[in-house]
Amino acid sequence: MHRKYVIIGNSAAAVGAVEAIRRNDRNGSIVIFSKESQSTYSRPLISYYNQGKVGRESIYFRPDDFYEKNDCDFRPGTSVFKIDIHSCTITTDSGSDEKYDRLLIATGSEPVVPPFPGLDTVSNVRTYTSFDDALALEELISSGLSRVLIVGAGLIGLKCAEGISKKADVTCVDLSDKVLSSILDDVSSDLISDHIRSNGIKLVLGNAVKAFSGNKAELADGSRIDFDVLVIASGVRPCASLFKNAGGLTGKGIIIDDHCRTSAENVFAAGDCVESVDMSTGKYKVMALLPNAYMQGECAGSNMSDTECVFNKAIPMNALTLFGLHILTTGSYTGEVSDDSEGNDIRRFYHSDNRLNGYILINNIDKAGIYTSMIRDRVPLDTIDFGLVRKAPGLMAFGRVYRDKTLGGKS
Amino acid sequence: MKRVYVNEEWCLGCHLCEYYCAFAQTNENDIARALKDKVIKPGIRVEEHNGICFAVSCRHCEEPLCAKSCITGALTVVSGIVSVDTEKCIGCYTCILNCPYGAISPSEKGAILKCQLCSDNTHGSPACVKGCPNKAIVFEERGL
Repeated sequence: MHRKYVIIGNSAAAVGAVEAIRRNDRNGSIVIFSKESQSTYSRPLISYYNQGKVGRESIYFRPDDFYEKNDCDFRPGTSVFKIDIHSCTITTDSGSDEKYDRLLIATGSEPVVPPFPGLDTVSNVRTYTSFDDALALEELISSGLSRVLIVGAGLIGLKCAEGISKKADVTCVDLSDKVLSSILDDVSSDLISDHIRSNGIKLVLGNAVKAFSGNKAELADGSRIDFDVLVIASGVRPCASLFKNAGGLTGKGIIIDDHCRTSAENVFAAGDCVESVDMSTGKYKVMALLPNAYMQGECAGSNMSDTECVFNKAIPMNALTLFGLHILTTGSYTGEVSDDSEGNDIRRFYHSDNRLNGYILINNIDKAGIYTSMIRDRVPLDTIDFGLVRKAPGLMAFGRVYRDKTLGGKS
Repeated sequence: MKRVYVNEEWCLGCHLCEYYCAFAQTNENDIARALKDKVIKPGIRVEEHNGICFAVSCRHCEEPLCAKSCITGALTVVSGIVSVDTEKCIGCYTCILNCPYGAISPSEKGAILKCQLCSDNTHGSPACVKGCPNKAIVFEERGL
């Protein structure tokens, strides 16, 4: 049977789906709709582009011939306006309809723009989640507009700050009194703020923007900041409205099960637009991260092409470098904390009920994946040498049987 | 596919595998000249504790979490070998965060470093195995 796969979106989840579908089905047709005009690119690389570490040609997530090789009908610059889950049809902005046998919604996330009073009086406002944003920011700064105010000191705000720090005078404001409050705990956060400040970024923490008046920000404590360019980096939210409007089940994002199925028949969803079970807590959560997006997309693609696949290992995870400092975090910060930090080498492990729930490593990140696998596989901590592995990550702590299986190839 | 397997009971902890790996990466002819006064960065690393020792290198997983997690597309599977395009890799270390074996490490050049079974150098098959004096690592097909 010739099957028609329709994919809305063109980032990591879509790529994962295409690669999985083509492993199982060489004949079906795949149509990809993307509102952006570029071939698939890596969104986290936009700050590396601004920094000059990644050239325009290196930002792409897959080689040029990706669509051709995978026999995809790629429709860039085409937004999808409506999904009809009863007639299995999607409608594009230009009004044309496309039927599907299997649909993947991989619409990603969109930046949150808080309704600041006076925002409409500001000139040169950008968000920072797309390649177009990076290009626009580059152009503004190179035209001589060098004072940049970033609202938000989370992942997006700080990576943006790093990306443009050599060419611009950057101030970062956040309502929270800690940087990276969504991925660090209080103890580790302070080290990062000091490091960022020492690299020339002005951090204004625990102080919210109250209003804008032209290119001047008024803060909650009464102070004012003049700027040329404003970057709103107040987080992202899932693009779930297409599916919600179609009558599908959504929470903060599109709700999916461990096969990446949605509530609608033959409709799958993956990536930043979904809410799925965080296996470090067992609760539904939006985990807008590239690795999860790819693996969910791959799982969806596999199931869309009739090869059963389960993906139930999604966990929050972040690997980032800020001004040369490596930060790796995974899981959730619940339970008791074991702190094996020494100086600026931060090692914090959160655990409860004999299981590791999360960890934070700063500076020395060697072999961190061993900790991630302990969370992912819910390894009972009393079956390994937990004290040893915290200080010296390795397979030593796991015992001979595990090593004979993983390294020795013995079943 | 042939992989490097560990016979733990035969490992002497001599670290020669690490030196042969580092040597293979240099593409030079003489190991002494290639590594003299160098701090080596091998793709295989020996773990040692309380008299137990064994070498760990990339397992070339069938379902490689590192490649699936790679944010740039630098890690791909080429004929079963999990391979890195060091030009494309930006050293974000998402792969290090995901590898369950601790088999990927940062390199001095900013990208990552991992075993590619010597497919990326002139040795052709794993130099670590050829250099192991006690068959504590072997390069074999075990159907896994």
